[in-house]
Amino acid sequence: MRAAVDVRNLAVLRGGRTVVEGLSFQVQRGQIVGLLGPSGCGKSTLMRALVGVQQNVTGTCEVLGVPAGSASLRRRVSYMTQDASVYINLTVTENLEYFAAVLGVGRDRVCLVLEEVGLQIEKHSLVSDLSGGQRNRVSLAVALLGEPELLVLDEPTVGLDPVLRRDLWAQFRRLASRGVTLLVSSHVMEEASECDRILVMRNGQLIADDGEEQLLARTSTNNITDAFLVLVNLNNAVESVPDA
Amino acid sequence: MRKRTDNPLQQRSVLIATAARVLSQLRHDGRSVALILGAPVLLLGLLSWVLSGQPGVFDEWGALLLGVFPLLLMFVVTSVATLRERSGGTLERLVTMPMSKIDFLGGYGLAFGVAAVLQALIASALTFSVFGLTIAAPVGSVVLIAVLNALLGTSLGLFASAFASTEFQAVQMLPMLLLPQFLLCGIISPTSSMPQLLEWISTVLPMTYSVDAMKQLTIQSEVTGEVWRDIGVLVGFIFAFLAAGASTLKRRTP
Ligand SMILES: Nc1ncnc2c1ncn2[C@@H]1O[C@H](COP(=O)(O)OP(=O)(O)OP(=O)(O)O)[C@@H](O)[C@H]1O
Ligand SMILES: [Mg+2]
Repeated sequence: MRAAVDVRNLAVLRGGRTVVEGLSFQVQRGQIVGLLGPSGCGKSTLMRALVGVQQNVTGTCEVLGVPAGSASLRRRVSYMTQDASVYINLTVTENLEYFAAVLGVGRDRVCLVLEEVGLQIEKHSLVSDLSGGQRNRVSLAVALLGEPELLVLDEPTVGLDPVLRRDLWAQFRRLASRGVTLLVSSHVMEEASECDRILVMRNGQLIADDGEEQLLARTSTNNITDAFLVLVNLNNAVESVPDA
Repeated sequence: MRKRTDNPLQQRSVLIATAARVLSQLRHDGRSVALILGAPVLLLGLLSWVLSGQPGVFDEWGALLLGVFPLLLMFVVTSVATLRERSGGTLERLVTMPMSKIDFLGGYGLAFGVAAVLQALIASALTFSVFGLTIAAPVGSVVLIAVLNALLGTSLGLFASAFASTEFQAVQMLPMLLLPQFLLCGIISPTSSMPQLLEWISTVLPMTYSVDAMKQLTIQSEVTGEVWRDIGVLVGFIFAFLAAGASTLKRRTP
């Protein structure tokens, strides 16, 4: 089977600047890939390119065997934006029922995803009356509604407590075991250990692409936060002496 | 957005779901409902009161403004609503889903169209019964023009929202796009008495036709051919702005 994601020499021009450059990687189906990197390094931009909403993308960017953004992917790829993109003047259920209608999936899915994100009690509340973390969960629920083959989730666990976070990662793992591929960005370093593979970006470039163990070994650290700091600083050091 | 290869039934269901969603959003927003349904009534009531000392004058102005007020209001409501959709990330999400431009714009058009019909019916009913507007033509023809005006406001608002990046800017579109039309449409002075250049400009502005139709209806006892021409032009403008709005909906953004 073709790779779930096939990116070669991807570059993105944004606001007159190249914010992603020379990115190449492949993701096999059924993998959970974590995307880490400092704020502003281009994680969301990469995700936008993969779901086909980013302008000025050059290089190869194929998803499930076809170019990113192809019409045939609209049911096969689901995307959760970084900011909760749901209607704040609708209730949780109204939001989910609307997106379910657009995706052409049944109402049974609405009940299911509500349970998965732990929002049964709030299901009749207006989204504008929910907390930030709860709004994020509504947005995540929308991404889980269809039955996509690839999930592109931009910081899905922001604002979640440890219990919910654990449950969600268990849910992601169940999806992966069914062959669903997940690309998940995060600022929570511990979540890296839930991933099969970690991509670390910095300044629009890929600076590491490995499993957690290998990253720790390579950076001679014993936790991912330290590994991240070493990686990011290593790159700083290299850049600050360009002629060395 | 999606190529139109899916079967038409499924496509219509997304359009209808979108319209229902927009109406639910309105329903949860009591103030907007009050504004849409109540403001034209209040304004026309105020106008009839202002003109109460001059017999016959309200008959002239009432019908004209019964057309103009819905246009202004629906323009503001629609442009702000769609701007929110663009800037709130929900449009970005929808374009990654199986939804066509027709579903999106048609859904908005249908939802605000329903609101526009209600608005025009309520405003007309009160203007004729309580404020005592009397016109020569059948009442239904004035209601029809009012509804078309509201729909024109909606389609213009859908288009204009593409050129605003904040709600503040969206509201500023009103003086920029609609007030010049108000000056040139023939309410302030008949278009035929304006300088040649302005008269030419007025012929490409939609409000000119709605005001012309209303003027005809206040004096002619039946719907004349000129009114039908105005109606045709208005319908053309509504679809033209919808199409222009569609061309501003981009799947990929910077
Ligand atoms: N709408 C935009 N127009 C122009 N440039 C943008 C836009 N959005 C982001 N950028 C630029 O693109 C770069 C990458 O942004 P991106 O949102 O991909 O970062 P990120 O890694 O997701 O950051 P964070 O972790 O804070 O979400 C940033 O330097 C930013 O300045
Ligand atoms: Mg981001």
